[in-house]
This record gives sequence, C-alpha cells and structure tokens, in this order.
Amino acid sequence: MAVHKIGWLRVPLVATYAFLYIPIAVLVVMSFNASKNPFTWTGFSTKWYSALFDNELIRQGFINTMIVAIGATILATILGTLLAIGVARYFRSAVVEAYSLAPAIIPDLVLAIGLLAFFALIGVTLSLFSVLLAHVVFGMAFVSAVVIARIGQTDSSLEEASRDLGASATTTFFRITLPSLAPGIIAGALLVFTLSLDEFVVAYFTDGPSTPTLPIVIYSMVRFGVTPEINALAALLLLVSFTIVISAQRITRLTDAV
Amino acid sequence: MSIPTPTSGRGAARRRALIGRTVFAAPGLIYITIFMTIPILLVLVYSFFQRGRFGGIVWEFTLENYVRAFEPVYLQVFSNSLVIAGTTTVLALLIGYPTAYAIAKLPTRWRTVALVLVVLPFWTNFLIRTYAWIILLNSEGPINSSLMDVGIISAPIGFLYTPGAVIVGLVYAYLPLVILPVYASIERLDRQLIEAAGNLGASRARAFFDVTLPLTLPGVMIGAIFVFVPSLGNFVIPELLGGGKTVMVGNLIRDQFLEARDWPFGAVLALFVITLLVVLFALQAAISRRINGTGKRVSGRA
Repeated sequence: MAVHKIGWLRVPLVATYAFLYIPIAVLVVMSFNASKNPFTWTGFSTKWYSALFDNELIRQGFINTMIVAIGATILATILGTLLAIGVARYFRSAVVEAYSLAPAIIPDLVLAIGLLAFFALIGVTLSLFSVLLAHVVFGMAFVSAVVIARIGQTDSSLEEASRDLGASATTTFFRITLPSLAPGIIAGALLVFTLSLDEFVVAYFTDGPSTPTLPIVIYSMVRFGVTPEINALAALLLLVSFTIVISAQRITRLTDAV
Repeated sequence: MSIPTPTSGRGAARRRALIGRTVFAAPGLIYITIFMTIPILLVLVYSFFQRGRFGGIVWEFTLENYVRAFEPVYLQVFSNSLVIAGTTTVLALLIGYPTAYAIAKLPTRWRTVALVLVVLPFWTNFLIRTYAWIILLNSEGPINSSLMDVGIISAPIGFLYTPGAVIVGLVYAYLPLVILPVYASIERLDRQLIEAAGNLGASRARAFFDVTLPLTLPGVMIGAIFVFVPSLGNFVIPELLGGGKTVMVGNLIRDQFLEARDWPFGAVLALFVITLLVVLFALQAAISRRINGTGKRVSGRA
C-alpha cells in the first residue's frame, strides 16, 4: 500500500497498544509493590521476587516445566524441520501442508481431551512424559510454519549446484540445506520453547497429579486470589517470553510466516 | 556427467520425491496422525458409546449423548456461549480492523515493529494475561480507584465476575489473532483498485466500503474464526473473570472430562466445537474463492 498520512488512524493504533500493554504494565509495576495488599502502592520492594525462590511449589513447577519445554523443543524442532522440508520440497500439496499445520489451529481443549482419552485407551500413565508428547504435536506445527516460510525465501539452486558438483545427498543436506534454513529452525525452536513454557490447557489434561508444570501451579494459585507473589512470577515469565520472541524475530522475520 | 534421458530422468525424480517424502515428511505426518488425528477420531467414536461409572467408556452403542445435548439446560449454555463468543468476535474486529489498517499505512520500517508489538502479548502466558484483568477490574483495582479519584463514581463498580469481564478477557486474549490476518489481507490489497475508485469519483468512504472492505473480507473471516472458535472452547477466562457464573461450552467440556466423568457426553460437546470450526473454514474458503474470482475480473477490466 502507498503510504498516506495516517491522520485519524493514529487513534485506533494508540488505543490498541494501550489496551494490549497497560494490563501488562500494571502487573509488572505491582510486582514491585512493598504492600501485601496487591491494590495499594506503599513503596518499592523486590521482596516478592525473593519469596518466589523460597516457594517449593513454584520451584518444583519450574523444574517440571523446564523438563517438558526442553524435551518438547528438541523433538518438535527435529520433526518440524524435516516435515517442513518434506512438505515444501517433495509434496507441494496444499492438503498435506494444511494437515501438517493443523495441530497449531485445532482448539487446545479439543486436542487436550482427545489426548486424555487416547492416553487412557493405550494405557499411558499421565506424567511429564505425556505432556511432552502432547506439546511436540503442536510445537512441531509451529516449527514447520516458520521453516516453510524460510524455505520460500531461500534459493534452491545452491543445493542443485552442490549435487551437480558431486556431493552426496547427505552432504548437501548437512552442508547446504540445514545452514540455509538455520535462522528459521532456531526461531521455530525458540517459539516452541516459549509455547511449551506457557502452555496450560493441554498440560492440565495430560499431566499427572504429582508433577504439575508451572502454568498448572499458577492456575491453582490464581484461583485462590491475587497475591504479590503471582505478580512477581508473572513479571518474570513475561520477561522470558518477550526476550525469546524478540530474539526469534531478530533471527528471522517471523511476521513473514503470517 | 551424463545427460539423463527424459524417461530415466522422470523415474529418478519420482524416486527422489518418494525418498524425500519418506525421510523428511513421514515421521512428522505419522506423529501428527498418532497424537492428533487418532485422538480426535477417538473422541468421535466415544460420542456413540455409554459412559463408564468412573470415567472411561462402556462399549455399548447409543445415541443418547446426542439427544442429551438438546436438553434445555445445555441449549441455554450453547446460546449463551454463542452470544458471548459472537460479541467478543465483533468487538475484536471493530478494534482489530482499524488497527490493522493503520499498521498497513505505516512506513515500512515501522510496520515490522508494530506487528511484533501486536503478537508479543500472544506469545506470553495466557493465564498471566487473564490474571492481569483480575487486578484491573477488581473493586479495589486501578480502574475503580481512578474513576473514584476523578469523582465519576462514588462507589466501586463490580466489573469482575460479569459476562462483560469475560468478554473483555476474551477480546484481550485473542485480539492479536484478528489483527494479523486482517493486516495480511489489507497489505495484499491492490492499491490501484482504490485509486481507480477515487478517480472515478467515489468518496474515500465509498471506496472503503465498496472496494477495500469486500476485498479484505477473507482476512476478516479468518480473524473472526480465530477469535470465535477458541472463545467458545475457553474455560479459564469464564472461570477466572466470570467467577463461574458464566458457563461456556468449554467449561461444560472440561467438567464432563475432569469432574462429571462423562466422557461420551463431553465428546459430543467437543464435536460441536470441531464441527463449527470445519464449517466456518469451509465457508471462509468458499467466500474467499468468490471474492478472489471477482477481484480478478475487476482488475482485468481496470
């Protein structure tokens, strides 16, 4: 589109960003509130952050979440990258591409109950492992989406040249294909990691009762009300997600995958 | 290097495609089939059988679960959910469309920043984003206390635990999912069509409603589906911001699986959500095909 003066369009623009970021800003500011009452500001303090580290439930939840997120990221990145190459290079079929992206679009609750029923049927005990298996399925779809977008931006003539010059398929894959897709793969991996870190609904249905992930711990805390400790935890998690997503964006233009 | 004959070349290409599909695509496609497709088909199968006493399933065929979905209690939940998800969708579009339009008019280097700022909240923990609204809407929270400070109200308004709070929470959660597809469709728009409309004497408003809006309808519909369907299936926001007073289809499904232990009935409810998703996508595809068809004809003439 040709650029016009945006004029009155400034109004919705500013209003939307205010709507999106004011709640987050309030949360972060309140996490530094000295008062135990989460609504009245009495002074600056970082005590709720140190309280977090003493909270055994939160610490265990964090460890559980990291186990799932790291495992799911590794598996989803490998499977998703291969799938993207397979779909973009060897299938070129809209149906297969839609199928490989479907796990990212299907409502999380539907996937969650389906997996609960499935794990019960085949006799898989619910644990961190079942959460990991579940996170891989939609994580893989997000990796595929980003890598497919990256494949669209790269030139396949380098690979052809490599083959013509006598390199084997394996050599070409590891020396040419993978490096050219690396930004997309890394960005995809970062996205899966943050998705898994923050994912609640699927984990809630597929996790065992003795190993809650961090979002499940947060859910049970939030149900009992507002505490400054949750504010501090929330602020930290926001920082982590923001950092990861901005790095992913800097590595590859995520907005192109839209 | 020998130049392959056409036949052997085609054969080799076909063999390469087969190897490529098996090595690259098969593991992922099999994984998706095992951990998404089969579980969803299982939900479909379960919907035709009887509930087990402690959850699970008794393998006796029945249509009872479907009949039960038409009981007035559940019809009430459906209509309630459709109204709330519908209001959420309309509001998200009313906010999202002008925002997407404004972003598309920004200078290129600002556009990426603007888009990243839109998606950033979407990648954060959605429990936390919902929790932020518990603080904001609370009777002691910042909105009520500022309104009281200014003197607009004398006593706090009970925003929290109302359907309105649920709608605000849902709009907040899914707004990025509206802005992105709408932006994509505006960005792809052929500027010449709007200029042509202007040259032919249409006012800017007329050009917008007759040209821009219809041509961006496919993006608008994708955005609408991305808000509407997850809103129906969301059980956390109705619980945390609606205080359990607003019951949506998502809450029913959750309860059937985790509390009432009536999996077959929960399966029927989940199928309602999946069917809606499929039907809406099909509708979107059909409308988008028609519009693209007309779009080509129009630009052909211009």
